[in-house]
Amino acid sequence: MTNILEIRDLHQYFERGTVNENHALTGINLNLAAGDFVSVIGGNGAGKSTLLNSVAGSLPIDTGHILINNIDVTYQSVEKRAKLIGRVFQDPKMGTAPLLTVEENLALALRRGEWRNFWSSGVKRRDRKLFQERLATLGLGLENRLTTDIGLLSGGQRQAITLLMATLKNPALLLLDEHTAALDPKTSAIVMQLTDQLVNELNLTTLMITHNMADAIKYGNRLIMLDHGKIVVDIAGADKKKLSVTDLLNMFKENSGQEMNDDAVLLS
Amino acid sequence: MAIGVYLTFRILDIADMTAEGSFPLGAAITAHQIVSGTNPIVATLLGFLGGCAAGFVSGFLHTKLKIPALLTGILTLTGLYSVNLFVMGKANVSLVGDFKTVLTLLPITDQTVAAIVIGAIVLVVVIFILVFFFNTEMGLAARAVGDNEQMSLANGISTDNMKMVVYMISNGLIALSGSLMAQINGYADSSMGIGTLVIALAAIIIAEVVIHHVSFGVRLLTIIGGAIIYRFIIAAVLWLGVDPNSLRLFYSLMLAVFLSLPLFQKKIKQRERRHQNVLNNSVRKEDQSND
Repeated sequence: MTNILEIRDLHQYFERGTVNENHALTGINLNLAAGDFVSVIGGNGAGKSTLLNSVAGSLPIDTGHILINNIDVTYQSVEKRAKLIGRVFQDPKMGTAPLLTVEENLALALRRGEWRNFWSSGVKRRDRKLFQERLATLGLGLENRLTTDIGLLSGGQRQAITLLMATLKNPALLLLDEHTAALDPKTSAIVMQLTDQLVNELNLTTLMITHNMADAIKYGNRLIMLDHGKIVVDIAGADKKKLSVTDLLNMFKENSGQEMNDDAVLLS
Repeated sequence: MAIGVYLTFRILDIADMTAEGSFPLGAAITAHQIVSGTNPIVATLLGFLGGCAAGFVSGFLHTKLKIPALLTGILTLTGLYSVNLFVMGKANVSLVGDFKTVLTLLPITDQTVAAIVIGAIVLVVVIFILVFFFNTEMGLAARAVGDNEQMSLANGISTDNMKMVVYMISNGLIALSGSLMAQINGYADSSMGIGTLVIALAAIIIAEVVIHHVSFGVRLLTIIGGAIIYRFIIAAVLWLGVDPNSLRLFYSLMLAVFLSLPLFQKKIKQRERRHQNVLNNSVRKEDQSND
């Protein structure tokens, strides 16, 4: 079976060579097969976001290699990699351009990884139909608001659209960085539901960071736990399905020798 | 001029000082070409291209070499001062006399009318092209870069290249206005750029204060209105007998006033609401005491 994502011995340092040196990732090895939906959990500072940013290209890589679809992207810029990667950020404001309309944002996502010309109209008539169809699947009534500025929509609506934008081009890899953490519980549940639906429909290979243990168990076919920049737990298939939140908390304690230090995790 | 500045100022969120160098650059190139006997339309287009080149330099310094936008502008502006002197060969070039300019191309003898006609034609063409461009695939990408850089990168937009494109168009247009200005005034002067950025920004801010929330094309039109209002204010100031030497001080003061206007508008609204709130409260108290 071929790997969609292959991470080989990835290390990340911050402030390397100074007294404040922080060895954030201490040798990550991870392979994702086609269609894998992996939830990533871990305490604050475990390296979850660092891992995702390294894969996305926002952080230059110190040592190690990252391959997507067997293409070495270790030294590719963010915008170059974007051809292969769809991404949803934690902050709903980050995934869309507020002064552009809904259809303009979607049109931008539709040209991801392609040359953008300066003669044909950015939002094409034939694309509008596609946008409406896709927006209708969200069930938020957004299909009638194509020409609304995105900045006027709520965080949940914006996050749902970002999700749509990230998956519009069937990316090789979908990266979700705690994409429901900034939403209220109800909206968060809707967006999570949507995520699951889209990932299954399009059979997307997905890496999802989450603070919500219940979500981490409920969604996806595989779960990894990070601690001090290492993968300490990697459970897949039937074993994962049997997990409970208590199991996870115990595993966490075992591995890090301390209680889960995160209110968000305990409360959820 | 103001439209050119608007592009970097609002689309990229950068107040680009290069403007003060590309304005006389356009004038210098066109004046030099006209004196050498080039067709005035070609000379004007060369002025535009010169501005694009200046924009490219600023864009390159800012995006590829990561120099802060303000410093980039100052660097290019300072460098352009020498470039302009090279182009003209002296501090100013006169176009008065038998030289053919875009104005003399028209079958209109009155130079003022000719200037207005030419200005209007150029504005219509420029606005039409800009509105078209900023709705194309690339134009959308350029707008997204100024709006949300993270999102642009995540969607595979090369933000550096887009910024350079906007820098180039913007400075090209500023140079174009410099070129027209030289032909209308009948001379190009190496110091004609000083203070132009402030004038352009003032026109933009006036337009935004007077009419807010409009689409891109309409905004460009309102900026022209803003520039005209601005001219009237200056004319009024001069008419009141203010010393022309202190005019630039007035430019700055006025821009400061206009920039702070939105804040005052907000403050006044808040005060009104507070007043209303207090009023409602006292009415309620009275009701209670009556009971």
